[in-house]
Amino acid sequence: MNQFIIFVQKEFKHIFRDRRTLFILLGIPIVQILLFGFALTNEVKNSQLVILDSDKSETTKAIADKMIASDYFDFTGSIAEGAEMEPTFKAGKADMILVFPANFEQQLFQSNKATIQLITDASDPNLANTLVNYASAIIGDYQQEMLEGKSLPYKIETRTRMLYNPQLKGAFNFVPGVMAMVLMLICAMMTSISIVREKENGNMEVLLVSPLKPFTLIFAKSIPYLLLSILNLTSILLLSVFLLDLPIRGSIILLYAVSILFIMTALSLGLMISNVADSQMTAMFIALIGLLLPTIMLSGFMFPIENMPLPLRALSNIVPSKWYYSIIKSVMIKGLGFFSIWKESLILLGMTMFFLIISWRKFNIRLA
Amino acid sequence: MATQYSVSAQNLVKRYQQEEKGKPPVLALDNLSFAIEKGEIFGFLGPDGAGKTSLFRILTTLLLPDEGTAQVEGLDIVNDFAKIRESIGYMPGKFALYQDLTVGENLNLFASIFKTSVEKNYDLIKDIYEQIAPFKKRRAGKLSGGMKQKLGLSCALIHRPKLLVLDEPTTGVDAVSRKEFWEMLKKLRESGLTILVSTPYMDEAAQCDRVALMQEGKILSMDTPDGVVQQFSKPIWAIKTANMFEALKDLRSYPFTHSCFAFGESHHLVLKNEKTDAKAIHAYLLSKEHEGLSVERIKPGIEDTFMDLMLHES
Repeated sequence: MNQFIIFVQKEFKHIFRDRRTLFILLGIPIVQILLFGFALTNEVKNSQLVILDSDKSETTKAIADKMIASDYFDFTGSIAEGAEMEPTFKAGKADMILVFPANFEQQLFQSNKATIQLITDASDPNLANTLVNYASAIIGDYQQEMLEGKSLPYKIETRTRMLYNPQLKGAFNFVPGVMAMVLMLICAMMTSISIVREKENGNMEVLLVSPLKPFTLIFAKSIPYLLLSILNLTSILLLSVFLLDLPIRGSIILLYAVSILFIMTALSLGLMISNVADSQMTAMFIALIGLLLPTIMLSGFMFPIENMPLPLRALSNIVPSKWYYSIIKSVMIKGLGFFSIWKESLILLGMTMFFLIISWRKFNIRLA
Repeated sequence: MATQYSVSAQNLVKRYQQEEKGKPPVLALDNLSFAIEKGEIFGFLGPDGAGKTSLFRILTTLLLPDEGTAQVEGLDIVNDFAKIRESIGYMPGKFALYQDLTVGENLNLFASIFKTSVEKNYDLIKDIYEQIAPFKKRRAGKLSGGMKQKLGLSCALIHRPKLLVLDEPTTGVDAVSRKEFWEMLKKLRESGLTILVSTPYMDEAAQCDRVALMQEGKILSMDTPDGVVQQFSKPIWAIKTANMFEALKDLRSYPFTHSCFAFGESHHLVLKNEKTDAKAIHAYLLSKEHEGLSVERIKPGIEDTFMDLMLHES
């Protein structure tokens, strides 16, 4: 036991004496949360709206005002005729042009039917789509207000409710993703690098010619990274709650428990990598390409798995981050309890066992 | 039989597969057999690539031999590897301690690996450790080459091993530290420790009780340093001239020359027999217009023997 404690202390010394790496390890989650929270967002805000109003009536003015008043659009100018549209787009002054035809109001009240044209710059198709949706919704809203109190013979009203995330906040999506990413990065990559470093520096050569059990060395190595990961997890959660206003709806204890399970999965993966890699460089590449990339691409955090072709969907099942991501979303955002996540947790546990057994059997008790 | 020896090996063979496909494997150890008695300092001498490190890694159970067997303290290197690892001290050629830990921390760590303490075995490492004790709080990576070796040796000794295996401990260490290092080894031998040491420096052979000259995975000769030298029977002369470069060429083309090599300040000329004397050599060199001649009969050294043996092999 005494031996084990000395080895854990040794690992802490390795980490603390390499200040730069430690700084990066603690800084990563903070930078990631800030980046995803404020820079890399899919939400469209303050897009440029130009208006071509050939009617200049009460109604057109009311609709335009309603658009401008929303967060999504900034009024950047109006134009007088259709010929000006093209140059406006080309000059990059508009993301969308709202066109009211002449006699808009008259048509609306006389024939109960009028058209508004929405013209968007679709060189970014996602942006164009989103803007059209926003604009349609705002116009629809206005229509509802107009009809208030009047009775129409037929009317189907759709009422949508965005469950768990009524404001459609991106943070609900990326915070669990960042958690998976950071834990994967620190546990798997850093442990594998640190084990391989012992090989590279020749420490392993001396340690092998001794009665030291490999278990002691490796288990001792994982402790500091486990603690560091829990620290990072805490900083991510604090930032999410206090900076991004993301509520934690489920049990915090459960959240930590499953995170520790996932950290163990990542540690066992790191251990497996260290068995194959001979240099720190190789270990890093395997961890980045073999673990981090699937975490970003196949966990459902950046791209919805439902949209992927079958082979990729099948592949995503062996990515541990996918299961962790889904557990975190359930616990943190939906506020579900253990009985809704036991399956995913069991899969993670199984994976961890599998990786550990493989690493165990493959551990080199000799140099070659 | 096996127990009277500290180490014995029978027909060890080690091959390394080449990176490129189709190339035959490199023979690192070629049918090596030897026996090392308890309590001796045994030196493996040979140039880089002779197979010294491979041999040491096999004896320390780090590598498996392709053929043959070996015993360390009566234990088989393949089947009893775990027991061997408890009772030997090993210092690889490359400094293999933790560079970011201090001298004291490294020592304590290694004591803990062997479930002992620095205090318990302090008498064994006292002489060595006292020299590095002033730097106890310094990180191992910041020590000088000689200090690193002393720390490495202390760590290898901390568990009172029966056999100490040192792979090129004096490579890259200054002359004074090297001399000190050998003094320390001799002191350690007094405690009954068997020491296996490899070195590319021929002049260190004299420090060993017995040596084995190695070349391309084979042992060319194995004896006491004096014994090895006595195998050398041809006359040998040390020759200096004003133009050493030309002299080497001329001496090599001298019909009575067996071999001639540059040895620092002079050339060592080995003649085929005793019939040629100093006068004849003198006359020959003068005929080749050499000036400032010095021709001197010398006793062969271990290096001369090694060169001669190498020549025989190839």
